Amino acid sequence: MRPALRIGVPVAVVVLLALVPRLPLEIPVVLSGPLDSPGTLQLLALCLLFAGIALSYDLLFGFTGLLSFGHALYVAVGVYVTAVALTRWEWGLLPTLAFVAAVAVALPLVLGAVSLRVGGIAFAMVTLAFAQAGTVLVQKNPYRWTGGEEGTGLNYDEIPDAFVGVLNTKNLYWLALAYAVLVFVVVRLAVGSSAGHVWRAVRENEPRVAVLGLNPYPFKLIAFVLAGFLAVLGGIVWLLLIGGATPEVTTANFTLALLVMVVLGGAGTRYGAMVGGFLYTLLDQRLGSLAGSSEVQGLPDVLRVPLSEPLFLLGTLFVALVFFVPGGLTSLPARLRGLRPRREPLPEKAAT
Amino acid sequence: MSTLVLLTITGLGLGAMYFLVASGLSLIYGLMGVLNFAHGALITVGAYASWWFGEQLGGGFGVRLLVGGALGILTGAVVAALIELVLVRPLYRRPVEQVLVTVGLALALGALVQGIWGADTKPILIPDWMFDTTSVFGANVPNDRFLEIGIAAAVLVGLTAFLRYTRFGLVIRAGVENRAMVTALGIDVRRAFTIVFALGGALAALAGVLSGVYFNGIDPARGTSLLIFAFIVVVIGGFGSIGGSAIAAVAVALIQQYANYYASSGTGDLAVVLLLAAVLLVRPGGLAPKVAH
Repeated sequence: MRPALRIGVPVAVVVLLALVPRLPLEIPVVLSGPLDSPGTLQLLALCLLFAGIALSYDLLFGFTGLLSFGHALYVAVGVYVTAVALTRWEWGLLPTLAFVAAVAVALPLVLGAVSLRVGGIAFAMVTLAFAQAGTVLVQKNPYRWTGGEEGTGLNYDEIPDAFVGVLNTKNLYWLALAYAVLVFVVVRLAVGSSAGHVWRAVRENEPRVAVLGLNPYPFKLIAFVLAGFLAVLGGIVWLLLIGGATPEVTTANFTLALLVMVVLGGAGTRYGAMVGGFLYTLLDQRLGSLAGSSEVQGLPDVLRVPLSEPLFLLGTLFVALVFFVPGGLTSLPARLRGLRPRREPLPEKAAT
Repeated sequence: MSTLVLLTITGLGLGAMYFLVASGLSLIYGLMGVLNFAHGALITVGAYASWWFGEQLGGGFGVRLLVGGALGILTGAVVAALIELVLVRPLYRRPVEQVLVTVGLALALGALVQGIWGADTKPILIPDWMFDTTSVFGANVPNDRFLEIGIAAAVLVGLTAFLRYTRFGLVIRAGVENRAMVTALGIDVRRAFTIVFALGGALAALAGVLSGVYFNGIDPARGTSLLIFAFIVVVIGGFGSIGGSAIAAVAVALIQQYANYYASSGTGDLAVVLLLAAVLLVRPGGLAPKVAH
């Protein structure tokens, strides 16, 4: 791709996305209301948020070849620690953010240092187990901080007025967009840096990196901490967007959803994870309301039941994609042109 | 004392289910290198199939449980064999894609079961004698706990005998140790793959049926929660080791029960996670060496 296009296309996309709250357009079927309505903006903000979170996961899975099953934990830290500090401890906004930022560095540093001592499937299992510990902790509801299954609300006193209320959904949308852009820029810079080259080398052949005289461990740890930090930031945006914390963000299913998003779009590619995250969220939300529509409700049970379960459709779509479009959706244009796909290969050794 | 006995036997009942799930996972991973995330969905499928067949049959609770359970296990085996033949086999040599396919399946199957039968718990009706208690050292233990422990013990003995004394068992054991060598000797390992997958599916379905008895009901989320602890059991016990899975299952379930009772609810789950981290740091390969025996 020519350099001008390389910079120009993403900038154009961002400008277009930034203008969305000003466009009173209707997009039938895909969206339920005009683009500038709060409901639609909320949905699109969620899509952008998950595009960013998915890319933070891709930093581990796609670029470094680390199959983590515990990424949900860091998003959950962003959601819950912020909510608890603001609502239960009644801290101010700045001390809360400073504290969450400290946790966002310290927690992945400690857990990453432990879990990266093993590789492959054992690493996947340890990260899964740590995330499960997070789930248990939230369910346990210590000192009534997390609210258990109910989740916890958000104390709006400390939140800037610009982010409060239905009329200000556009500001939340811009916040989500800013988050997605931030993650994109950080990941691009990180992957392009010298550490980024080592990450990709680790993905392709870790023993070789070691033989060449570089210790892969600190590089993997940097990737883990950076991905965790970005995920925590995503959690904070999520909290503002939803206005509360719910335990589903801590579940293993959420990490699996992130994995699906990344592979859907194309792991380890420039835009794959973001496209995947955006589309997955859009489908997940819209298929749900489609199931409630009269057309689907009128179908016989054999068709109606599967169509009413967004996860069934997404899971099936995902399996089909893994089979027929291994490079993810972003490899489709190249495939259709009959060219060799431009994707970088999946981490082969992650599961061995 | 009586509390301790009750906790121990209840913990063993829970450990029985962990073992049934973990042994299948462990064999599948040990032999084929496939981490089967759809295993949790197989638990759910088995539990719901046995409940559904039981409803169709009617009759006494004991008959429903027995015949429904048998058909549920059969369903689990058939579904697992189909998964292996249709979805996992074509992706041989692409381990990451294999994991991804089972992840997609786990999401889809779980959602399908929830779509058909709803997210609410379905009560499982069991014969009166299972509700009755037997006094063991002063503790009143519900009889169904002995059923779960007995079945798991029988499965442990049966599996060990199958692996040790049959030709297929020999192929599986050899395959776990060195798959390339077995293939080089002219034995079609892929047939063993299908059998091990079906066996794992049957055991997962059996665990699903027993979980219905243990928790007095089934719901679509149970499979996933059992699966996570089964993963922990497999890692602690060592991939491919049936004996290691059995020991780890008992250890994990007992620690969980004791800590949940004597400390506070939820502490046991955290303790198990810490145990996993500790074991992996000391012995990254798990407690047992990678040999199916």
